[in-house]
Amino acid sequence: MEKLTFVYPARTVLASRAHVGVVASGDLEVLLEPADGRESRVTVTTSVDGFGVAWKSVLDRFFARFTAATEVEINDFGATPGLVMLRLEQAVEALQP
Amino acid sequence: MSASASNGRVWLEALTGVSAGARRAPATVVSIDAALGEERARYIAVVPDAGNRFVRARNGEVGVEEGWALARAVRDVMEADHDDSRRPIVAIVDVSSQAYGRSEELLGIHLACAAAADAYAAARLAGHPVLALLVGKAMSGAFLAHGYQANRILALDSTDVSIHAMGRQAAARVTRRSVEELEQLGERIPPMSYQVRSFAQLGLLHRLIAGVDAASPTPADLERVRGELIESVSDIRQSPRDLSLRWSNAAALHARAASIAVRQRLAEQWNAS
Amino acid sequence: MTAVRPEAVAEDFLARRSFIELSARQRAAALLDAGTFRELLGPFDRMKSPWLLEQGVVPQSDDGVVIARGRIAARDAVVAAIEGAFQGGSVGEVSSAKIAGALELALEDCLRGRPVLAVLVLESGGVRLQEANLGLAGIAEIHAAIVALRPHVPVVGVIAGMVGCFGGMSLAAALCSQLIVTRQARLAMNGPEVIEQEAGIAEMDASDRAAVWQLIGGEQRYATGLADALVEDDVDAMREAVRRALAMPAAARSTEVERFQSRLALIDPAHPPEPRALRLAWSRSTA
Repeated sequence: MEKLTFVYPARTVLASRAHVGVVASGDLEVLLEPADGRESRVTVTTSVDGFGVAWKSVLDRFFARFTAATEVEINDFGATPGLVMLRLEQAVEALQP
Repeated sequence: MSASASNGRVWLEALTGVSAGARRAPATVVSIDAALGEERARYIAVVPDAGNRFVRARNGEVGVEEGWALARAVRDVMEADHDDSRRPIVAIVDVSSQAYGRSEELLGIHLACAAAADAYAAARLAGHPVLALLVGKAMSGAFLAHGYQANRILALDSTDVSIHAMGRQAAARVTRRSVEELEQLGERIPPMSYQVRSFAQLGLLHRLIAGVDAASPTPADLERVRGELIESVSDIRQSPRDLSLRWSNAAALHARAASIAVRQRLAEQWNAS
Repeated sequence: MTAVRPEAVAEDFLARRSFIELSARQRAAALLDAGTFRELLGPFDRMKSPWLLEQGVVPQSDDGVVIARGRIAARDAVVAAIEGAFQGGSVGEVSSAKIAGALELALEDCLRGRPVLAVLVLESGGVRLQEANLGLAGIAEIHAAIVALRPHVPVVGVIAGMVGCFGGMSLAAALCSQLIVTRQARLAMNGPEVIEQEAGIAEMDASDRAAVWQLIGGEQRYATGLADALVEDDVDAMREAVRRALAMPAAARSTEVERFQSRLALIDPAHPPEPRALRLAWSRSTA
């Protein structure tokens, strides 16, 4: 089990929060909340060790497009990078009022 | 048979002074009305019966018939007593598990055990002081059926007394650890321990009674335990009839902080702000 | 009789929404009147298990239980739904406290003359072994809360599948005023794997799915009077069934001691009935 943190610069303000997913085998949950300041911070708790590079790769791609200052909490039980990106995108969709 | 094979029968006979011969079927559930201090109480135990017609409930397990018989034993007391004289009900607990078997599941052992829990809870809510005295094993569904609905739980401080959600062997298989590893885990993580002393730290026990022989109590041991039961009855009669003391006592403040926090936050959020 | 258009069959199939496939949160929302869902102790409250991290298990933000207030058929209600996909729906300290606490608060409201109906969506393997004695104690508190609440308002249990309802939570199901099941549901105290382990494969072959459902599946439980309603795996059908159940007169099979002791007296454990035969002996219309 690992806890990983990542920080990204942010330009805009997040107006709402969202939660998607379940910590089921092969899946993850994502919580998005507004952050103060001009940074986004991601905390990943994952049951699988040694995939720091893969996490960074997915999150780099996500935050290249997502510019709001956000606290992201990810609780992961072995999801594939593809599923991680899907859940992140679903979380963003869920932000719409 | 080991010494803890039927501490339940030993304590039932010792506390009541009555030999637990079979009165009605099943012979595995014995209830005896006897004195507790100045008043009458009903004592109920689940005991082994090598001739039980349900083969998988011969060693003190709570099976289908036992669940309903426990419910009967408790509800008989409720029907007999009136509101101003609700007698104490003492569940003497030495139950190794629920019975494991195909017939048991077919015939609704889950409902039978629920019926027992229901009866004990109903008796408690009606004003009967319900006590559980742990003298041996208090395991999983059997304990849920027989003892866990008590106002107060007392236990002997003995290695014979063991409380858990699943037997060691089965738990080891399910979690794919060795029994030794499980025991070690129990030392680090109190709710995972089988030992009564760890259980006592969780804030669920009213009394942990030390210095008493669980397998062969002396007259002094019996006096001691009776005294504790009587004190508990008195305490119960001055307290609410629900189980709230289990999460509001001093030990629980630390051991069950999350249980308390959940209830607190639920109450805060219950009505829309 | 008119022939059914194939397109009508396809439309009907596509129009059906599976209740089983919904998450616990979606199930709670689906059962409540539209627009009334309000979650308590949701993910952002982060009431997680204090015991899982140190055992190498990733906790979930809501500990696998959703508590939602709202209305059902315009009456105040609370729904507690267990997320079967998180740790097999197993119940630990926080998850059991959420369920018991919600039922306790419903009781307080009832005692103040403000009835709150309760619905429990049970998808659980029983006690979460990583929390053992606190899970077990919490389940005892759920039992206590159901028995205390039941005289005031219906407490309706729903078992949909695919996890089913086992262990200490099977007792909770049995304590409910009304119990709704699907065909895919299973309800038993010990899971088939555990029976096979403890009593041997001749007693129970856990891999024989047909045999398992014949023994403890929703249809068997309904046909033997151990559940009150058998419902299609469809959201609308489930909503309807819950509303019907909440309107039923108070009943609790866990108090029917006479009835079940008489029935058991007629059974010879040395020659136990086959599941089919039990449906006749315990048919819904017999005493």
